[in-house]
Amino acid sequence: MSKQVKVALIGNPNTGKTSVFNALTGLNQKVGNYPGITVDKKEGVCKLSRGVKAYILDLPGTYSLNASSADENVVIELLLNKNDKDFPDVAVVVSDVENLKRNLLLFTQIKDLKIPSILVINMSDLMSRKGISLNIPILEEKLCTKVALLSTRKNTGIENLKTLIENYRTLPKAQCLDATSIDSDYFERLGKAFPNQDLYKLWLVITQDVNFRSVARNELDFTNFQTKTAPELKRLQQKEAIKRYQFINGILNEAQVIDQSKAKDLRSKLDRVLTHKIWGYLIFFTILLIIFQAIYDWATIPMDLIDNTFATLAEWIKNTYPNGGKITDLFAEGIVSGIGGVVIFIPQIAFLFLFISILEESGYMSRVVFLMDRIMRRFGISGKSVVPLISGTACAIPAVMATRNIENWKERLITILVTPFMTCSARLPVYLIIITLVIPNGNFMGISYQALTLMLLYLIGFGMAIFSAFVLDKVMKIQRKTYFVVEMPSYKLPLLKNVFITVVEKTKTFVLEAGKIILAISIILWVMASYGPGEKFNNAEKIVMAENNNISDTALEDKITSYQLEHSYIGIVGKTIEPIIKPLGYDWKIGIGLVASFAAREVFVGTLATIYSVGSASENESIETIKIKMSNERYENGNKVFTFASGISLLLFYAFAMQCMSTLAIVKRETKSWKWPLIQLFGMTTIAYLFAFISFQLLK
Amino acid sequence: MNLNNMGLTVADLNKGERGVITDCSSEEIPLKLLEMGCLPGNEVTLLHLAPFSDPMYMNINGSFLAIRKETARLILIQKIDE
Repeated sequence: MSKQVKVALIGNPNTGKTSVFNALTGLNQKVGNYPGITVDKKEGVCKLSRGVKAYILDLPGTYSLNASSADENVVIELLLNKNDKDFPDVAVVVSDVENLKRNLLLFTQIKDLKIPSILVINMSDLMSRKGISLNIPILEEKLCTKVALLSTRKNTGIENLKTLIENYRTLPKAQCLDATSIDSDYFERLGKAFPNQDLYKLWLVITQDVNFRSVARNELDFTNFQTKTAPELKRLQQKEAIKRYQFINGILNEAQVIDQSKAKDLRSKLDRVLTHKIWGYLIFFTILLIIFQAIYDWATIPMDLIDNTFATLAEWIKNTYPNGGKITDLFAEGIVSGIGGVVIFIPQIAFLFLFISILEESGYMSRVVFLMDRIMRRFGISGKSVVPLISGTACAIPAVMATRNIENWKERLITILVTPFMTCSARLPVYLIIITLVIPNGNFMGISYQALTLMLLYLIGFGMAIFSAFVLDKVMKIQRKTYFVVEMPSYKLPLLKNVFITVVEKTKTFVLEAGKIILAISIILWVMASYGPGEKFNNAEKIVMAENNNISDTALEDKITSYQLEHSYIGIVGKTIEPIIKPLGYDWKIGIGLVASFAAREVFVGTLATIYSVGSASENESIETIKIKMSNERYENGNKVFTFASGISLLLFYAFAMQCMSTLAIVKRETKSWKWPLIQLFGMTTIAYLFAFISFQLLK
Repeated sequence: MNLNNMGLTVADLNKGERGVITDCSSEEIPLKLLEMGCLPGNEVTLLHLAPFSDPMYMNINGSFLAIRKETARLILIQKIDE
């Protein structure tokens, strides 16, 4: 029979909590959601000795048990609710050796909830370099706990931590701070009103209630209890913090010695350059350039490989099962091209998350926030909006979720609303294909026109995001207190294992989430393109033959298939919206792509691939690449469909239109209202239509 | 009541200068900042300034933090002369 221990991993941000989680669980982890909210729930399993398993829950990073964001609130909700199925048997509180004093504040709070707690002191390998020495027995005695010195970088101390977790029953449960010392009168009254409850827990429930009405009250009824006003409560909270620091300072005076003369300070050397008024910005923009170079240049190598592989696979299916009829077609044209359309994104998404996680892990991202805050504030957003905006160049979904650490609601809301203007990787295939079709080859100062166009599109997206943030800031009448406190962590060499796990996790989530939608739509599109109502679709062959008597066989087959497509279900949809999109320079086939794109932009290329390969399905030729097919696409009168004018119009439409169901769903969840996603949908799409209309009319 | 006019605040520090916090009871100071060590008696060192002196990057009680100038103006200090 196997035993299990429920472990909650708690700690300040930047303490290497995730490294500890990764060290304990390896790839034995999964990311889910807490019910009703979008906070990531990371769980993993760790094998202890003799068939004992630890179920480890990686809680969001928090500086204290007084939550100021939805992420932090998760920690308190769980720790206050003994009946929660995730309520831990033992709390593992991760601290880092450099910030022990501040980290211990959270530790003492958790101890005061009488949860068995282990104190992990991470990054212990830095002790000698920082001139820090610790007296562990004193720490353990004074804090009534067990201490695990750990270095995830050097991979030491993990086994010791596992042993401590396994023996959690022996941990002392003593509290650190006597709650009545904060305000004896108030807490004595509280104790009398709720004789069976723990004072500190009551106190947390009362203070959390001010900020988050949702805290599980555990059938506590405060209606008859005379509490205090919010400012009075805050003064008590400050007093609590002072008391806790007195307690902590008392311990650290005995247990910790810091020899400043031995400290080798990497921070001040690097900060002198990286936060410099000129160099800081130059370095930041250089890093951005390298990221874009990687995504748009290096990533093309694996992408071409993936593209070719799927083309070959589709061809192989057709050749191997030539008599499969509709089933073969469904696999070759619907499913394989649909999956290909998802898989092709992997290199770019992986590259982007590789860079973002390196920048976050190294501590550099906080410097970017510091450098950009003042500039961004001019547009109504915060320095913290920079990370979501940069993430938005990969995918708006994680980007919108990354706005959660912006404490100011107005800044956060504006960031959420404008992030989808950033050029996400789903737009990229659309851009790439249209750019190669309509932008001529050639150079301007050594940079190709095509690369320049792509860069311009990124700038346009960013410009529109900033501009609309500015407008929204002026229009919206929300007054909230500004909260801006950013920790500047010390610089660290990113741990390869952490970076790797982040890249794998994020890429997997993207592929699975987006993949489901894209695959489903590809199949629906294929069905809609392969079937149609009534006479015209079913008797296409006869009708076309009757109209064209003396043309060659191949030309006749072409005529038949395109006639069939025109009268299929999807053709009817495209034809219906053609009058609306004609002024933008699009034909009905592009119209189908647009309609499908409202589910997800990346569907566009796949859709055209499906439509055009359906068009030539009857010919037993090898599968051409989609580019050649598109450039050969002509109107009845012989004019090319994809011209410079219609191409630019299409690029601008995709730059601005809100075409992503998943983003809308995330925005709804994050703003808890349909109002904002609907504003996004109609606002952005109107802007897109206007820009596409103007550009086509001017250029045609 | 506005205490700000009565004394120096963190916003008055120059790069590299130090001070001791004397009062941070303003309503507008987020609890999070207090909990990170911005409490009376603790030391502040101003380390770096972004353009227009905002935000300000400082060491408060051993924690390295960046806060906006508007918040820094609320934290009263006594300068430590070197």
